[in-house]
Amino acid sequence: MAASFGVSSAAAANAVKSPALSPPSLPVIRSEARPISCRVNKSRKAGKITTKAVAAQAENPASAASKPGHEVLLFEALREGLEEEMERDPRVCIFGEDVGHYGGSYKVSKGLADKYGDLRVLDTPIAENSFIGMAVGAAMTGLRPVVEGMNMGFLLLAFNQISDNCGMLHYTSGGQFTIPTVIRGPGGVGRQLGAEHSQRLESYFQSIPGIQMVACSTPYNAKGLMKAAIRSENPVVLFEHVLLYNLKERIPDEEYVVSLEEAEMVRPGEHVTILTYSRMRYHVMQAAKTLVNKGYDPEVIDIRSLKPFDLYTIGNSIKKTHKVLIVEECMRTGGIGASLTAAINENFNDYLDAPIVCLSSQDVPTPYAGTLEEVTVVQPGQIVTAVEQLCR
Amino acid sequence: MAQLIRRAAALNKSLPAASFAARGLATASTSSITVETSLPFTGHNIDPPSRSVETSPQELLTFFRDMALMRRMEIAADSLYKAKLIRGFCHLYDGQEAVCVGMEAAINRKDCIITAYRDHCIFLGRGGTLLEAFAELMGRKDGCSKGKGGSMHFYKKEGGFYGGHGIVGAQVPLGCGLAFAQKYSKDESVTFAMYGDGAANQGQLFEALNMAALWDLPAILVCENNHYGMGTAEWRAAKSPAYYKRGDYVPGLKVDGMDALAVKQACKFAKEHALKNGPIILEMDTYRYHGHSMSDPGSTYRTRDEISGVRQERDPIERIRKLVLAHDLATEKELKDTEKEVRKEVDEAIAQAKESPMPDPSELFSNVYAKGLGTESFGADRKEVRTVLP
Repeated sequence: MAASFGVSSAAAANAVKSPALSPPSLPVIRSEARPISCRVNKSRKAGKITTKAVAAQAENPASAASKPGHEVLLFEALREGLEEEMERDPRVCIFGEDVGHYGGSYKVSKGLADKYGDLRVLDTPIAENSFIGMAVGAAMTGLRPVVEGMNMGFLLLAFNQISDNCGMLHYTSGGQFTIPTVIRGPGGVGRQLGAEHSQRLESYFQSIPGIQMVACSTPYNAKGLMKAAIRSENPVVLFEHVLLYNLKERIPDEEYVVSLEEAEMVRPGEHVTILTYSRMRYHVMQAAKTLVNKGYDPEVIDIRSLKPFDLYTIGNSIKKTHKVLIVEECMRTGGIGASLTAAINENFNDYLDAPIVCLSSQDVPTPYAGTLEEVTVVQPGQIVTAVEQLCR
Repeated sequence: MAQLIRRAAALNKSLPAASFAARGLATASTSSITVETSLPFTGHNIDPPSRSVETSPQELLTFFRDMALMRRMEIAADSLYKAKLIRGFCHLYDGQEAVCVGMEAAINRKDCIITAYRDHCIFLGRGGTLLEAFAELMGRKDGCSKGKGGSMHFYKKEGGFYGGHGIVGAQVPLGCGLAFAQKYSKDESVTFAMYGDGAANQGQLFEALNMAALWDLPAILVCENNHYGMGTAEWRAAKSPAYYKRGDYVPGLKVDGMDALAVKQACKFAKEHALKNGPIILEMDTYRYHGHSMSDPGSTYRTRDEISGVRQERDPIERIRKLVLAHDLATEKELKDTEKEVRKEVDEAIAQAKESPMPDPSELFSNVYAKGLGTESFGADRKEVRTVLP
């Protein structure tokens, strides 16, 4: 392990890397096939670099590379990402409830405590406020903790630590400290989990200056985002979804990292831009099948980066289609959709042929009863209707 | 440490060699003096250390100078605030200097200190300069946080000073995180997480204490008990104001926080304990002369007699002055000269800080994010690089 983590070294304010580790030696995959860094990865098998590696439904990204890849479930992809980063950098550690011996309540950290020990995969008591504070303190010295909220909703208890310390310390210290934490966990509406366990924290966290927020939706982008988040010098909140952990996909064997600020083009189209993220992506794609049968050609973009928005990709799409539909799981008031609507209106007003339509969840606590819960979130039928109305 | 040695050297230079010889100090300035602390230590679940503290003339003179400097800085900050050069919140530390100075004497720069918002003097102790402090208070770009933090956000990474936090109690879990990192990297150093009697009632403190004890983290929780949580006296806020006992399974020590030597002894003891056995709580019985902050007169919830009583009987600088005079380490006049020097230093630093410009408008957006892997945030047209706020 490195002898010190920056306490005694007179590191420059923006010291990004420890002297022992070399700069990132991976291409960062961008959806427009433009890698950010082109240094070839030395530590793993040096296969062909997949540059056009977007997890589009029709296209198998791995087919572009020489190896066929391997199939994983989403939680396994997250674990692979975590494990690779822990292997690569001894400063990466995990904090959370039941992440160690239990293996994680969604098995994301299964086996890691056996491999890396109890200090590196730390089972914390049920004290979100303080273990997130601890992660921030550890990050100030140079460690790179990945903190799990067993359910994102529990992180409300740690709001102060996330907002003031995680988000703002880099600024209020004049750049002296970076806080390279990753805060991750499942959120969103599940299967009748009740109001308190079905929250969408992205609405509450989106105003915090200094953090980045990303939402994964496929095994491919889950692994890539996990790795990118761990390597980022900024605090990143990685939103996973309770219902997406068992999605299966074939992902490349080679190491890859996905850009934190880029949106993903899921389905190119001409008639309407549908912006979505996380679980709603699947509702949108289901609606897209119906729409295609009816003769529409929707362009579906998974925005992935919730803070900051990838206005470039979104903008290019709007300039093509001139109509926007946002489908989100946040509530109508103060959600990601609300901010995205404002951002698009501000930047691309001239390109819009119609007002932006935003489909969100209802402004209610998520009820327990299955029928009510179904109506709380946006269903594919509503998406089809909305597109039909928009494209009239 | 280097700064203290430099200052001590400067002090020694200013005293003519003849006066040392005249007073028959054949021994060098590093000779040892043993002093008894004013009060014995009280322990909770632990045997307290001895009352006899080893010190040296150099150390005592350094204590005097450092505390005089800190006192002067805080008084000057008071005037600057009234002159509206310092705005917002300004929490002054005068009266509590012994805690900071005694702690520094017991530790090194690899050990970490984290505290709340009454952080100006601790910043100085960790190697911060007067210029950085005053410039930060006045919001200038030469401040330690480039003018963007303010009074409550002083940090010094190279000095192991982790701030500077505005939210009461939130720094204690951070302190445990620092201790965790020290344990992780096995570098034989400890963390002092400081908080006040008001913060002692925060839940996150007990959460952090539980975790520190569970994992044997080298964390020392220091409660600077100045007996008032802003306007509320400790007995009105805490069912049990014996803060050193509140750790229950974690041992505690009650220390006279106005006696720099007692603080030094306690911190040394605590460091040894923490490295071997995990967390320990130190309660420093101290007092602040000013109100909670500059917007609090400090007299509505306590009497002026109380304040002047403490100043007469327990003032930390006076205690060291008496010690120095009793052991013939310097004359009255020399000490007065030191105070004048210190005053001059502070005035010069203020003048220099006043010259420092305000931060550039572009600084509004710098340091929100750090550059790292792929973090380039673009505007809508990717022509200018800026962080995009949705």
